[in-house]
Amino acid sequence: MTRRKSSRTPSLLPNYVILIVLLLFAAGPLVLLGFNSLKTTAEIGANPLGPPIVLRIQNFADAWTKGHYATTLTNSVIVVIGTMVGVCVISGLAAYALARMNAPGFNAFSLYLLVGTSLPLTLFLVPLFFLWTKLGLTNSLFGLIVIYWATFSPLATFLLRSYMVAIPADFEDAARVDGASDWQVLQHVMIPIVWPGFLTVALVTGLGAWNEYIFAYTFIQDEAVKTVVTSFSAFTGRFTRDWGLTSAGAIIMTAPVIIFFLALQRRFIEGLTQGGLKG
Amino acid sequence: MTLPTANPARPISRKRPFFQRVVKPWLFLLPILLLNVLVILAPSLSAVYYAFTDWTGLGDARWIGLENFRRLFTDEIFWQAFLNNLIWCGLFLTVPIAMALLGANAMAHVRRGQVFFRIVYFIPYVMASVVVAAVWRNILNPSIGIGVQLANLGLPWADIKFLGDTRTALYSVAFVDNWHWWGYLLVLYLAAMQSVDRSLYESARLEGANRWQEFVHVTLPGIRPTLVFTLLITVIFSFLAFDYINILTGGGPANASEVLSTLIYKAAFRRFEAGYAAAIGLTTSLICMIFGTIFVTLRRRGMEI
Repeated sequence: MTRRKSSRTPSLLPNYVILIVLLLFAAGPLVLLGFNSLKTTAEIGANPLGPPIVLRIQNFADAWTKGHYATTLTNSVIVVIGTMVGVCVISGLAAYALARMNAPGFNAFSLYLLVGTSLPLTLFLVPLFFLWTKLGLTNSLFGLIVIYWATFSPLATFLLRSYMVAIPADFEDAARVDGASDWQVLQHVMIPIVWPGFLTVALVTGLGAWNEYIFAYTFIQDEAVKTVVTSFSAFTGRFTRDWGLTSAGAIIMTAPVIIFFLALQRRFIEGLTQGGLKG
Repeated sequence: MTLPTANPARPISRKRPFFQRVVKPWLFLLPILLLNVLVILAPSLSAVYYAFTDWTGLGDARWIGLENFRRLFTDEIFWQAFLNNLIWCGLFLTVPIAMALLGANAMAHVRRGQVFFRIVYFIPYVMASVVVAAVWRNILNPSIGIGVQLANLGLPWADIKFLGDTRTALYSVAFVDNWHWWGYLLVLYLAAMQSVDRSLYESARLEGANRWQEFVHVTLPGIRPTLVFTLLITVIFSFLAFDYINILTGGGPANASEVLSTLIYKAAFRRFEAGYAAAIGLTTSLICMIFGTIFVTLRRRGMEI
């Protein structure tokens, strides 16, 4: 910092002006969401964009019961954990094979996975829906989790593979000399070293599953198994006039994400910018 | 889960190498392969077949040849949706990328507060689309939202029914989607800019380059691979855009914000024309594939030269 502070260095003032304008753009709506969650309907009508005058905490309790958050948050947590664990297992196995073994057809398979991730979802959504109906997997959290396993695992595999490739093979060779099988090497050598990679993949996958809209919206209509995203969507439809209530509901479902993100932001950003690309 | 080592491969000297070399590696890939075939490949291939049938989604499908495609190309709403996808693509190739480049470039030279700015810019990206949509639906509300407020402050032209007006609906939805998207691009560009060789900036300054020249001649070439990659995903995502449009306008009013994916959705699940929906889906995929191929070809060439 001090080293570069020579006379040639241009002023940073324009930089900060740009950054602050962009900051207001990004954060303004979030602040407004916070304000609205604490207002009564009457106050929102009179003062829709300013800070609340009287804090109405009651909105959160009302939103919790009227939005069925106890049920939908439970459903979402089940989906998120099921997806995270499944994707880590499925992609861990695949990534290990792609990183350390070289069987015929592996290059073609990698290419297939890559092409598969860029296939438009609207191409397979409709036949998949009717297949899932036949298999009795609609309106089922398990049915949704299986879809997430398939759609999230390719990128997770590439991400995990990149972590595994970066590990020198010496450790594994040493274990093999001692007579360990591939399975044992994966379990006792690879996983203990690359677990931060698994954590990153779990976070990115969990975030994706928590926020996912189109599959959850299409495959689940039954209120009892709705995830928080689709339930919130219906909730805003039912209480269009009551911004205080729906804003409080929005905060209830967003707060866990923001807390995790703030606590582990480096890992989140690393995972999302390296492999977990979504729309 | 099958334990590969638990498989009793008899140590017959000719068979064991084959097992070790081929079967065992593929056993590790078996779960991902099966899931992919079940959820993505098989339904995609059947969609290709259904595109040539009059399937309703239930019961049998009757082969009708190119009828769906003939109908598609004479369907005004299809062309409207396609045009909207192109507009969407144009918007996302310019606005968020320009914002992200501007922000990332401003941030790359700044040390103080960088982590803070990066976190705040990134927060909209980790929020669920339904929440982002709800926040902006309130802000853009026609009776008490920002338009009316600005009009009350003496800017009557600002009184726009953003999401409810056929002239502004598509742009309003794109604006909201962009609010959650540009910060992601910024973080990508920032990471790329930080790995550009510092000495290039030093020498550019020694030669008397101003900020703009530095940006054009050092930064942009330095982040070219990332930039090209984001251009490609922008084009592909533009033809898949669904969430925000479905949540905010449902393609309306009067198909003003209709895009290919909302059209597919309505055909399949509202009108039960699954065959027709598959035909639109197949067309969309072909468009994406063409852009993907162009990208890969250009990149191959760029790398050879």
